[in-house]
Amino acid sequence: MRKPFLLKFLLAAVLLLGNTAFASDSDVEEGKDKKTEIKEFIEHHLQDSHYFNLYGTTDEHGKVHHVGFPLPVILWDNGLQVFSSAEFHHGEEVAEINGNHYRLYHNKIYKTDAEGTITYDEDHHPANVRPLDFSITKSVVMMLVTGLLLLWLFSSLAKSYAKNNSIPTGIGRFFEPIVLYIRDDIAIANIGEKKYKRYMPFLLTIFFFIWFLNMFGLTPLGVNVTGNIAVTTALAVIVFLITNFTGTKDYWKHIFDPLGDGMPWYGKIIIYIILVPIEILGLFIKPFALLIRLYANMTAGHVVLMSLVGLIFIFKSWVGGPLSFGLSFAISLIEVLVALLQAYIFTMLAALYFGFASEEHDHDHGHDEEAELAHL
Amino acid sequence: MEIPSVVGAGLAVIGAGIGIGMIGGKAMEAIARQPEAYGKIQTAMLIAAALIEGIGFAAIFAG
Amino acid sequence: MEKLVNDFSFGLFFWQIILFVLLLLLLRKFAWKPILNAVNDREEGIKDALAAAENAKKEMQNVTADSEKLLKEARAEREAMLKEAREIKDKMIAESKDQAKAEGDKMIKQAQAAIESEKKAAVADIKNQVAELSVDIAEKIIKEQLANKDKQLKLVDDMLGDIKLN
Repeated sequence: MRKPFLLKFLLAAVLLLGNTAFASDSDVEEGKDKKTEIKEFIEHHLQDSHYFNLYGTTDEHGKVHHVGFPLPVILWDNGLQVFSSAEFHHGEEVAEINGNHYRLYHNKIYKTDAEGTITYDEDHHPANVRPLDFSITKSVVMMLVTGLLLLWLFSSLAKSYAKNNSIPTGIGRFFEPIVLYIRDDIAIANIGEKKYKRYMPFLLTIFFFIWFLNMFGLTPLGVNVTGNIAVTTALAVIVFLITNFTGTKDYWKHIFDPLGDGMPWYGKIIIYIILVPIEILGLFIKPFALLIRLYANMTAGHVVLMSLVGLIFIFKSWVGGPLSFGLSFAISLIEVLVALLQAYIFTMLAALYFGFASEEHDHDHGHDEEAELAHL
Repeated sequence: MEIPSVVGAGLAVIGAGIGIGMIGGKAMEAIARQPEAYGKIQTAMLIAAALIEGIGFAAIFAG
Repeated sequence: MEKLVNDFSFGLFFWQIILFVLLLLLLRKFAWKPILNAVNDREEGIKDALAAAENAKKEMQNVTADSEKLLKEARAEREAMLKEAREIKDKMIAESKDQAKAEGDKMIKQAQAAIESEKKAAVADIKNQVAELSVDIAEKIIKEQLANKDKQLKLVDDMLGDIKLN
């Protein structure tokens, strides 16, 4: 009974929507403006920022007022340069620090002359010098907040264990099953009973870190930390380092001598010319896939969600508004699931790689899976 | 005539989509056949889907 | 790809590595180790408790089996004792019955013998008395009869007559 009704409703909505879209021919120009504005807004949102923006308002003169707080900028440009991002006035002014001039252009800091001129190369990219930027940006702030939150949450949980005779209370009842799930179904299942303990702190930390940041990304704070390529790269680099530093002799033998004693050396040479580079490439592709997956999923989620919200401002009708609201609500729910799923998959695959690295015997068993991964 | 790289990315995404669809379908069949192995099948399915998804994303960003 | 490289911010990468490693170390020390240890301890405790309960159950079973055995033995013993007692009782009753009967018989016999001898004595006594009496009577009668001569002769005649008749 419900489904046909919903379908009819959607159909009617789409038809009405089409009508209103065609009806507003005169607003096409304005709509285009809106579209580019929303696109710019989304692009802006996806990037990191030097200013913690809570919300912005536009007054009648078309001037944007930002509400939020500035963050410290730390540059390495012939010595450490530390100043507040308020100096940039949201990219509208040139900051002069110790005789150097900097300008914020598309959320990136460029060294300019006193007027703030930016020269472009033939690809229309700014050709100015970019000083090394170690600023405490919005993402860094969110990472700090998440880190402190995790630290507070789990250390108080640990204390409550000590106090209550190892019985979880309050929020611990929610988090303990997750911790146990990571231990039993991710760590022990992929690494094995013998060696999982060494990797547990990392797996737990990375799971909760990614999950919490993903969830923060869905709040109206509008942070997109895990949808930032530098962040996911850092996480993947850590996974890569741990995998290869804890690798056993068998693991390396697997890479440089995958066939083992199954073939005489002169037969192996020809195969190994192809196989060994693939295995070595696989070493790097695994964490690369990890970083791209998290980045792309989170970015795509944010783009879809914000585009749907943006539709409300494009349609500006009684049908389009609720429709895009409903859609964005549904996507939000899916994103909540994706936030958890991506954290789970990242942890799961990290555990899988650790499992390969710390595996000692039964060569033939894991070979097929690893070969599959290597060819990815 | 030069084919834009976006087309290649699109093709790769189609392939990845078909792949994930097949994994999902097969996983459903497997679950229907052995409902007691639900957890294990689901985990294996997610891992396989994640691996293919990785290819898809790599293609998108390469394109 | 170009977009990715363009978006890559080295500062963010740097901070992420530093903060994540720091977070990992802090959480490991202050959270994960205590939590995992507590959970492990608890699981060990539960396992131990379960094993102990299993042992206790087994012991309990042993104890009940033992007590059942004891009970059975006791019951059998009681049964045997009762049986013995009954037998003794029966035997005693039978013995006393026999004894009583024998005694009775003896007494009856004695009584009978006494009665017999009494009877005999009585009969002898009566005989003596009857003989004496009859002798007395006969003496008196004879005295009376033989008081005159006639009568004496008559008597002799009668007697002689009787003898004849006999």
